Order: sequence, then structure tokens, then C-alpha cells
Amino acid sequence: MINLSVEIAGIKFKNPVMVASGCYGFGREFSNFYDLNLLGAIMVKGLTLEPRIGNPPPRIAETPAGMLNSVGLQNPGVEGFIKNELPWLKQYDVPVIANINGHSYEEFAEITDRLAGVSGISALEVNISCPNVKNGGMFFGTDPVMAGEVVKRVRAKTDLPLIVKLSPNVTDIAEIAKAVEAAGADAVSLINTVLAMAIDIKTRRPALSNVVGGLSGPAVKPLAVRMVWQVAQAVSVPIIGMGGIAKAEDAIEFFLAGANAVAIGAANLSNPMVAVEVIDGLKMWLEQEKIEDIQHLVGGVII
Amino acid sequence: MVQMLKVKILENKQVLPDFFRMVLAAPMVAKEAVPGQFLMINTSDTLDPFLKRPISVNRIDQEKGTISLIYQIVGKGTRLLTKKNAGEEIQIIGPLGKGFCWSEQDKTIVLVGGGCGIAPLVALAEALVQTGKEVFVLLGSQCKEKLLGEDEFKELGCTVMVATDDGSYGRRGFVTELLDELSQKKRIDQVYCCGPLPMTKAVVQITKKAFIPCQISLEERMGCGIGACIGCVTKVRREDGTIDYKKVCHDGPVFTSSEVVFDD
Repeated sequence: MINLSVEIAGIKFKNPVMVASGCYGFGREFSNFYDLNLLGAIMVKGLTLEPRIGNPPPRIAETPAGMLNSVGLQNPGVEGFIKNELPWLKQYDVPVIANINGHSYEEFAEITDRLAGVSGISALEVNISCPNVKNGGMFFGTDPVMAGEVVKRVRAKTDLPLIVKLSPNVTDIAEIAKAVEAAGADAVSLINTVLAMAIDIKTRRPALSNVVGGLSGPAVKPLAVRMVWQVAQAVSVPIIGMGGIAKAEDAIEFFLAGANAVAIGAANLSNPMVAVEVIDGLKMWLEQEKIEDIQHLVGGVII
Repeated sequence: MVQMLKVKILENKQVLPDFFRMVLAAPMVAKEAVPGQFLMINTSDTLDPFLKRPISVNRIDQEKGTISLIYQIVGKGTRLLTKKNAGEEIQIIGPLGKGFCWSEQDKTIVLVGGGCGIAPLVALAEALVQTGKEVFVLLGSQCKEKLLGEDEFKELGCTVMVATDDGSYGRRGFVTELLDELSQKKRIDQVYCCGPLPMTKAVVQITKKAFIPCQISLEERMGCGIGACIGCVTKVRREDGTIDYKKVCHDGPVFTSSEVVFDD
């Protein structure tokens, strides 16, 4: 009997495959394709205190084995989420992880306050790494002192488990991970998208209206694996690894690098069935390899 | 219901210098699809290109259980698509999006199409003719060699008028001039438009001035095609006058012209 379940920050997940924030909306679109109860967890679209209409189009540009996006956190706001999306999600027996964003320490504290007493949310993912909004987002995630301060402010407002989503757009990601761990993070998730740019050589204009955007998809996977490995050396809190996972073998690399769970992002957009395929693929692989518990793989890279 | 399926390619042939027709055996999709909807098509089994390609439905044959698509070669994905052979299987998602709609009262209809935007209007014309409406089709093209669909519209019994940029066929000039003239001669109940953005903007202006209801099908770069990534948005005005972005893949691709805000 293969055990895929995992416990992170006191939450039991039936399997270690989550769907990443920003690539899954609030789940409705994917419920046409499979039973969402199959998932380990749903990390919902990034939420802000007030509704945001996001950036002008074009917001998407395909690049080799990946894509750029500059959606800019278009979302219904925390109240819209609580009123219109969360009740729908509650019909499923799947942990819902709310991804929260702010322009200031105060905004992070306020949005946490708003979500703290709400039933149906299993954990918060503190997004200090969105590259597509000005004055905030990634700004907090590139400095260990500011990153720690955000986590402290959020920690003070809730007992919910805190997962801090780290930016790859830093020189030393381990340093940021240590700072958020010290500030009270229960887990870290990484990586968010990589700040990037593409230019249409015919028009000589940037492919995105926002000029720059976040790169995701298979192209970023080696970078993400490296960062998960570095963070695993530096902290003792659990790690949710993500970045370019499109099949079970990709996920296994992340476990070997030190991730306790994984999340699938951009691949949901090219193949809506990918999360289920990865879960099934992990089971098959573990059976073949005669490994009883997926957690036996964690950090198993031989160096 | 939206489905991801592997379906058989029945035909994949060049129809014009840059255009191919692909016919798929997809009875479930044919049963549910309406004109104006689209499919997401897998162009490769590798990770590059990473995303599927949105292609609009050109013809729907419920009896035969087939869907016809017309696609233009614009990049790596569509070029790979041309290499597929009849008999091979291809992965699709669909039918997707909100298609054209029509009401029983409308009697006289005008379709305005340009470039590859002509393709989805064929399925629409077929549906409108079947409900007994009089259908005028105004087509725009760079030149005679790049004109799509004329014969198909004629076979359906539509009145077809053409404008070409170089005057090699029909009127020399813009298809919108044909619309302007027709709207002054005839009482038009509804205009449907699909084509390049400048053409669409001009059609919206003309119909607005003439108080003719107009539905437009928009194109935007898409990520998922199913509404999850919020990548393919277009600017709209809400009822309270404020600005919002709606998803072309999910809330469209067909919009009421008065809803959409065009930037200059």
C-alpha cells in the first residue's frame, strides 16, 4: 500500500500534489474535467483587500517551453472571494489555501484579519513574490528584513498555518527563507515566477503590455529545483516545491531536492488534467520503485 | 459540456496560400458546438510549444459528427499543425466560449468578415439561413488569392459582396464601405462581425451610428482557453459605467459591441 499523504503545518493532505495560485482560478473551470476531491490542496488565485481589474492585455506571451504572464492580480477582492468563491469550494473535501497580497505591512495585516475567522480556509499563503504589481508584491520578498516583517504582521493576526511564497528573483533565496522561518512561517512555497521579458521583433514592442512579466512552465524547472535544494539546506520548515512541473517525474525531482509537497502551476493551463495525471503517475512510480511512502523520497538526492 | 478529447483528423489540407482546413471526427463536440465557439488544439506532444492553440469552429456537421476548422499559419504552433496527417489523432478541448446568438424576429442579417475572421462566420451563416433569415455577407481581403469562404456562403444562399485592398476582386477598398452603403439602402436587424481589430472598430462605429445591434467576435492571446488564467482579457464597460476586464475565452469570444471599450 502506497502512502501519498503528508502533514504540513498541522494540516493533513491526502496527497502531496497541490495546484498553484494564479493558474487555477478558484477551481470552477477545472471541475468540468475531474473531481477536485482528488487534489492535495487548492491554492486559490491571489487575493487583495480590494478587487483589482489587473493589467491591460496582452497579458500572455508564449516562450520556449514556457510562458510569460502579467495578469497583475486581477481578483474579486477578499470579500468577493469569501462571498462568491469560498462557499462553492466548501463542497469539496480539499484544503483551501488562500494566497494573500498587500501593498504595505498594514494591508497584509488587514487582509489576514479579514480571513482569520472565516471557515473553510486551511492555511494562508503569504505572497511576497508577485512580479506583476507595482509598489508591493515582489518588493517584500527580495529583502530578508521586510520579508520577515510581513510574516510577523500576518502572524500576529491569525493562528492559521502560514506558508510564505518566495521569489526566485533574489541572489540568495536561502537567506529570505531563513528570515521568514525566524519570523514565524510554518512552511515555505517556491518558486513564484521569474521576472522576464520577450520582444516582438516585427513591431519592436514588448510582447506584454506591462513590458515585463513572470516566466513559468517547464523552462524554469531546473532553476526551481536548485532553489528548493538550497532552501532545504537552510531551513527546517516544510517546503512546497513548484516551478515547471508537468509530469510525475518532474515532481519526483522536487521531492528528491527536499520538497515535502509540490504544486502544479502553468501546466494546468496547457493540460487541464495534469494534476490528476501527476498524482496517478506518482503512485505508479512509487509502486514500480517499491517505495511505500512518498516522504521517504524527501531530500533523497545523493550528492 | 467542455471536454478534453483525442479525436481523429479526417482531413488537413491547404485551402489558400496561408490557410489550412482541418476536419475532425468529433460527434460529441459537433452535437454541442454553436457558431462562434472555438477549440483549443494541441499542436505538439512535446513541451514546446507549451500552450494549446485556440481555433474557431468553421463548420459544424451534426449528422456526420464532424467539426471543420480553418486556421492561418502564423507561428510555430500552427506550422506544426500543418504537418498532421489525416488518420492521426489530435488532442482538443471544446467546445469553448460563448458563441453568436440570434433572435427569431430578426429577418435581415449582415455578416462582416475579414481575413481568417471569415472562418467562423460560415457556421453562423448556415445556422441563420436554416432559420429562414436573409443573409448578406461582406468579405474583406488583401487580394483575391487570400479570400476565404466566398463559395461556401454562396452555396448556402447568402448574398456575397467582396472588397479587396488591391482591387483584384470586387470593390477596391475596405469592406466597411460596403457595410456603410448597405446600411443606407436596407433595413438591417443585426450585424455580426469577425476580423482584424481596425475592421471591427470601424464596423462598431458604423452600426452604432445606424442604430443596428452588432455582435463582434474578438481575438486575444490565450493561455488556457478555459477561463482559468485570466490572460486573454478585453476591456469592457460595466452597467454602472466603470471599467473591467472580461475573459475573451470564457465571456466571449463573441461580445455585444456596445459592451466593449476600444483603446485608440
